[in-house]
This record gives sequence, structure tokens and C-alpha cells, in this order.
Amino acid sequence: MAIDFKPTGADLELVNVRKDFPGFTALQDMDLHIPAGEFFALLGPSGCGKTTTLRIVAGLEEPTAGQVLIGGKDVTATKPHERPVNTVFQSYALFPHMTILENVAFGLRQRKIEDPLKKAMDALNLVELGYAAERRPQQLSGGQQQRVALARALVNRPALLLLDEPLGALDLKLRRQMQIELKAIQMEVGLTFLHVTHDQEEAMDMADTVAVMNKGHIEQMGAPEALYERPKTAFVSKFLGQSNLFVGSIADSSASSLSIEVGGHKITVPKDRAEKQTGKICIGVRPEKTTFHRTNPKLGSDHVVVGPGEIIDIRFTGVSNQYLIDIPNVGEVTVFAQNVGISPVIELGEQVWVSWKVEHSFGLSDLPAGNEDE
Amino acid sequence: MAFAAFGSSPAKEHKSPTKSSKIVLALLMPGLVYLGLFFFTPLFSLVVTSLEVPAASGGIGEYEYGFAWENYVTAFTTYLPQILRSFMYATIATVIALLISYPLAYFIGVKLRTRPLLQRLMLVLVIAPFFISFLLRTIAWKQIFSDGGAIMQTIYSLGLMDKSEHFLGTDAAVIFGLTYNFIPFMTLPLFTTLERFDVRLLEAGSDLYASPAKVFRKVTLPLSMPGIISGTLLVFIPIAGDYVNAGQNFLGSSKTSMIGTIVDSEFLQTQDYPIASSLSVMLMAVIVALVGLYVRSSGTDDLL
Amino acid sequence: MKRFSPGKLTLPTYSFLAMAFMLIPIVYTIVFSFNDSSQRTNTEWQGFTLDKWFGVCAKPDVCQALGNSIFIGVVSTLIATVLGTALAIGLVRYRFRARSLVNLALFLPMATPEVVLGAGLAGLFFNAGVGAGMTTVIIAHVVFCLSFVVVTVKARVQTLDPVLEEAGRDLYANPTQVFWKITFPLLLPGIISAALLSFSLSFDDFIITYFNSGSVETFPKYVYVAAARGVPAEANVIASAVFLAAILIVLGTQINGAIKRKRLARK
Repeated sequence: MAIDFKPTGADLELVNVRKDFPGFTALQDMDLHIPAGEFFALLGPSGCGKTTTLRIVAGLEEPTAGQVLIGGKDVTATKPHERPVNTVFQSYALFPHMTILENVAFGLRQRKIEDPLKKAMDALNLVELGYAAERRPQQLSGGQQQRVALARALVNRPALLLLDEPLGALDLKLRRQMQIELKAIQMEVGLTFLHVTHDQEEAMDMADTVAVMNKGHIEQMGAPEALYERPKTAFVSKFLGQSNLFVGSIADSSASSLSIEVGGHKITVPKDRAEKQTGKICIGVRPEKTTFHRTNPKLGSDHVVVGPGEIIDIRFTGVSNQYLIDIPNVGEVTVFAQNVGISPVIELGEQVWVSWKVEHSFGLSDLPAGNEDE
Repeated sequence: MAFAAFGSSPAKEHKSPTKSSKIVLALLMPGLVYLGLFFFTPLFSLVVTSLEVPAASGGIGEYEYGFAWENYVTAFTTYLPQILRSFMYATIATVIALLISYPLAYFIGVKLRTRPLLQRLMLVLVIAPFFISFLLRTIAWKQIFSDGGAIMQTIYSLGLMDKSEHFLGTDAAVIFGLTYNFIPFMTLPLFTTLERFDVRLLEAGSDLYASPAKVFRKVTLPLSMPGIISGTLLVFIPIAGDYVNAGQNFLGSSKTSMIGTIVDSEFLQTQDYPIASSLSVMLMAVIVALVGLYVRSSGTDDLL
Repeated sequence: MKRFSPGKLTLPTYSFLAMAFMLIPIVYTIVFSFNDSSQRTNTEWQGFTLDKWFGVCAKPDVCQALGNSIFIGVVSTLIATVLGTALAIGLVRYRFRARSLVNLALFLPMATPEVVLGAGLAGLFFNAGVGAGMTTVIIAHVVFCLSFVVVTVKARVQTLDPVLEEAGRDLYANPTQVFWKITFPLLLPGIISAALLSFSLSFDDFIITYFNSGSVETFPKYVYVAAARGVPAEANVIASAVFLAAILIVLGTQINGAIKRKRLARK
């Protein structure tokens, strides 16, 4: 079968894909569309089904139900070696019995492309490893192996490049550097990238679109900023960054906003930022959007104020300080304050109030675990 | 179980093996059918033969189907001395081989870890005897211990033995040969176990138990049990069935014949197939029982 | 620096003595391959000569036996290696219900005394009316070589990461190409050591061969029969040559491996 190679990548579509393993369901009714040329990240904790999704796209795993379409063509029944897809494996999976150059030329040779060694060399130069062409994989460092794995996949100009936690084995510094390189290469070659990771920073930094997966399905999908600013579920709000969540029944509703009452405090969210507008709802705010005050700030209705509460923990993390405040009948609230030297010096045990702008509140479509509707 | 030393050391088993019954069948069937035809059928045929009765026509070596379980009684009572001797030789030789091999395997597997090249060299020397004819090695010992040889001459001149006495042909000579020939089969599995042994446990042990003897008894020995059991099986079993060392042209005499000697002569000379077969079946039964004990304690995954 | 203490030397000294003991008959056999024993049997030292090495086939039956042994060894190793490699891959890579039964079935031939297997096969061939000869010896040798091949190759398959094969499939290699370009080359060191082991087991086997070879002479059979009247030095020459060849191969691979590991460790 001839493999259709598009110079600029192709779009990927998953339709109702389901995958059952003996004893559990890894994926349920997964629908996904990735436009051509996009850098798409699947983000989720281990066991959420993201790697299974990737393996199904690569053809290494067969879906129990559903369809996989690449460039509009149904490839569900196509074998991995017949798909215009290449993978950068988590463990790199470089062939230890071949030189670096032969590793990169492997796919070209299989497809009987002319001049495989020259093209392989070009790809190695792209990842700045031309000088290592004759070495064996075992002689390279982790970061170098990772780049070889990338070159070995890219050189085939696949319609779709799959990256399975490709940076997972690198140390933090190298990882950040590779993120930048990877993004630059993707812009340069213009291929569709499907990147699987459990590192939220990595996903948000590199991807055009991030899909957060949990328990075999996609919780929420969108641009990194949108996901961060308006998480729609408790899982996303907690997995992507940190959140303070407040659960209560709707106590007040105006034309533009909703409020719940928690421990005697009124917590308000704009209606256009609330997923659920009836009954018991959950309202959240990011810790860096909050500030604390030594006295009750008595702000207007465009702010939410809770407190007073006691500071029970202070953590210095470098760029910011993290304060944990225990507010009676409300619970613990986290506040991040930029470490710019202008925040009030505050001690453990002090009484403070916490405030944020209503426009920074977000209303979730579900409730955090343990707060299900009675 | 024991020969991992020949390859690389096994890594963890990979999870999520693909399951495709067709491929499994294609991979396993040829080998299993082969074993079925040429290993299990012969064992079954031994059982059938062991119960046969002499043919009515009465020719030597001619037998017909029967159910003469008394063959077993005859074989057992007639050859009880050989049966007992075989298992005695096997027990003594296995114990000595273990005592000789353990420190050696410990030295190669634990002490030489920091010197991989020397470790590899020593390992090659351990298996070196495999590459030279087992019969010639035994003959070499025979000549070394011959009455005219330097060793026996020294012993005679020191008056340790009377000139009318000989070393060759004695139980001791046969046990010596058996032990020598099977030491590598004991050293290798011990080495494979000790090689993976975490020395930090010893340090932890000496921290907790203080005395080296106690550390050995409470930490080292229990952890080397898999190797000890493998080695014991690999040495005991072939020794119980061997008869070359005990042969009159090798280290033994007419007084050292073993089960194998009888099977050989009953089968190839006397052509008393039922008796030869019932002896073989009895030997095999003991071995299957030993393997069964091992499987019950350790499962089958580490057998190979 | 470590302090000098006699206790620390006990174990190394013992180990080197034990090794020396293991090597005594080997050295003896090699030395006596140079014995000028034309007039008498090769039991006493009578002077150095290279004649036996250059004229091994002066006793044609030794060379005939050697040729047979090599032929039997090669053919049974080929068969055992192919069957055993397939079994090893199947056992490591696939989970199936009869696994422990298969493990047991493969272990039993290793645990069966040679005399039992020899007599059993001889009885089977006799009952089936198959005359003992080259074919029956080869059939018998494959039986006991097979399990050893499985053990050796299995250890290698266990170190082979299946993701490498997936990478091959991902890079446009069909299953056959994946096997020959990735799986097979990576298993090759294990397959080679299995084949060497299998050959040496077959080459050195006496008891099972004795029961199943009829009139076919093999090297161990020759030595066994000759033991009654004295083994000629030509047999020592052959055994020594085989030993030296084998030890060179093994030493070569082991040293090579150790050097490679060292070089990698330094990186």
C-alpha cells in the first residue's frame, strides 16, 4: 500500500474510539479532531489513557470500537508500518545494533526513498548531531538520544508526528531547552504534532491546543490560556495549576452574576464564566489572583472577600511566596504573592482577609470529589 | 534455571505482552511436538516396556505386552545395592560439590564485581571443562591416580597406604570423579544467584547481627537458596544416572556399579528390556519427585 | 588502600587453587597430546613430539569418528537452535494458560538422566523398527540440546525491549522485516552462545549416543571403547584442538564484552 505523505502534515480525527483491556476500559467514546499543522498536547496523569490514544493512532494498539482518520482517510484497520505516522518513543527506542545514521535512515530505507543516507544526515544536522552520525546510541547522552529519535521520526516527513513523553527522561534544565528546540522544529517543518505528556508546564508551553484527559476521556480541550483561565471541571482546575474551590448552593443571582454562600461569605462568579447556573455549584479562583489584607478591606461588589482566617503555613518558592490560610467554615485558601518585596511581611498565626476580583472567579460544571449532589 | 550465565542476565519481564494465539502456536508447536514425539513418547514407551513379559516363542530380547509389575520387584530386589550406591554416590558428591563451589562462586560473583574482566575470565575457567571431552578428563584422572603415578608412589612411600591397596576402583575414586565432573554445574547456578546479590544487605546485616557467621547464616545463605537448589538438582540428577565414572575402564571397578551400569548391560548386552526399563522408570520417578518438590516451592518460571 | 590481612587472602587463594584443580585434567590431556607414544599406550610420558598433531589421521578411525561427531553436532545444533529460539520467544513474549506446563516440559529433558533418555529412545526406535544410525543419534541429540537452547536464548529475549520492535513497525517495517532487521540481530549473541553450548553438549555426549548410534562411531564412543586398551594420543590431539578453539571463541567474546562495557561505563 502506498503511503500518502503530505508535505505539511495532515489532520487527525478520532471518532468514538473506545479501548477495552481485560478488566478495565482505557478509553471511552473518544472524539478528537486535530487540524493539520497544529501542535496538540494530550495532558493527563498516568493511567488516564493518553498513551493508549497515541498507540491507537500509531496503529500499535487496535481500538475496540471507533475510527481513526488521518488526512480524511480511515486507517483504523491499517497496520503501523502502513501508516504515514511516526513516533518518538518515551525510551527513544533507538536500535542499539545500528549507528546513529543507520537509525535515522531506517525508515527511508524501508520505504526505498532515494539517497537515504544523505537525507538522514540532513535530519541529523537539523538536530545538530551530524558529528555523531557514526556513533552507537549507547554512546550518546539522554538528550542526544532524544534528538536522534526525533530526527529518525522527522526524516520521514510523516503526516503526523507522535511524541510519547519524549522529554520525560531528561533533567529539568535539558527538558526546558528541548521544549524550545522541539517547538522551533515544529514551526520549521510545519508537521502536525501530537504530544503526550503529564507535565502541564510542558504542554502549556509548547502546544497550540491542549486536551486534558482523565479516566479515559477528555475533560476539557482548548488553547493553554483558555484552559488555565477558565477550567471547566474540578479535575482540570486542580491538574492544571492550583485552585481554591468553594462549593455552595446559589444564594443570589443578578443579570450578570451568580453568588453562593459559604460560611457566611458571599462568593460571586460572572454568569458568562459559570458552566453550571442552578443548584449546588463550585466556584474557584487561582491562588495568584488573590491578595490578603491585615484588616477587612471592605471592597465593593466587584470583589469577593473572605475572612478573617489564620495563616497556617508559609512557603518560599523563589519567585513567589505561598500562604495557606485557614478560614473558619470555609476551609483552607491558598494565596500566591509575587516575591517583589512589596508584600507585607507576615507571620504564621496572623489574622488576614483574602480578596479577589469577581471577574477572576470561575464556575465549574461539576463538583470536587466528596461534594456530589445529595 | 541455571544457565543464564551463558547469556546476559535476565531483565524484568515486560508487561503487556501481545496475545495472539496463532503466533504462539506457530512458535511453540514445532518444539513441543518434537519433545512430545522424542521425549515424552520414549518415557511412556519405557513404562510400557517395563511391564512386558518374555515372548511365548522365547527368543532372547523378545518380549510381548503384559502387566508384569513384578518386574519392578525383581529389578528392585536384585539391584538394590546398585540403587542404594547410586543415590549414596549422588548425595555425597553433591554435598562435596556444594562445599567446593560455594566459596568459589561467592568469590567470582561477589568479590570480583569490581573487576569485570577478571570475573569474566574466572567464569570462562569454570566452564572450561565443558569444552574438553568428559571421557578424556576422567581418563586423565585415572592415569594421574594409577598405581605407578607420582601421587600413588608418594602415598606408598609415605606408608599412608599399603602397596596391596589401590585408590582406583574404590568408592572414593568414583565419588572423586563424579564430584570433579559436576562441579561446574553447581558453580554456575550459585554464581548466577550470588551475582545479583545486593552486598548492601551484608552491611545492613553486620549492622544488625554483628558476627560474620551470623550474617552468613541469616542473610547470605537464605538469599543464595535458589542457586543452591538449582545446583543441587543439576548435579544430583545426572550423577544418579551416570555410570561412566564408575566404569571399570575409568575410575571404578566391579564393586562400584551403579543403576546406569545395570541399565546399560541389561539393555545392550543381556537384552532384558523389561528389567532395564523398570530400573529407568524407578530412577525417573525419584527425579520427577525431586523436581516436583522444587516446583511446589518455587514455581515453574525459574525452572529455565 | 586496604590493609593487608591474611584473612582477606583466604578466599582468593582458595578460589585460585580450586580453579587450578579444575584445570588439572585439561592440562594433562593437552600435555599428553604431545607424548611420543608410538610404541606403547599413552599412559606414561615418553618424550615430546608434534607428530600426533600433524598426523592426527594416521589412525583413520579417530578422524572418521571426529567427522561424524562434527556432522551430528552441526545438524542437531541447527535443528535445536531453530526450535529452541522459537520456543524462547514464545515463552517470554506471550502469556498463555499452559505456560507453566510448557516450562515444565522444557525442564524435564534437562533433568532426565542420560541413561533414561538413551534407553527410552532406543526402546522407541527398536519398537518402531527404526534401525539405529546417524538419524537416530541426531534425533536424540536435539532432544537434550533443545532445553539448553531455550534457557540461553530466553535470557536474551528477556533483555530485548519490545518497544524496539514497535519502533521498527512504526518506521515502515512489516513484521517479517522487523524480525530480520531488529529482533534477530539483537538476539544473535544469545543465539550464538546457545548454538555453541548445544554443539559442545552434542559433541561431548556419550551415554545417549551409545544407546542410539548403532554402528555409527562418534568421538566420545571411540574414546570409550579405546579406554579398555588405552586411548591413543591422536584422541588427545583432537580433544585439545577442540578445547583450544572453543576457549578462544569464548574468551574473545567475553573480553570483547567486558571492554565494551568498560568503554560505555566511562562515557
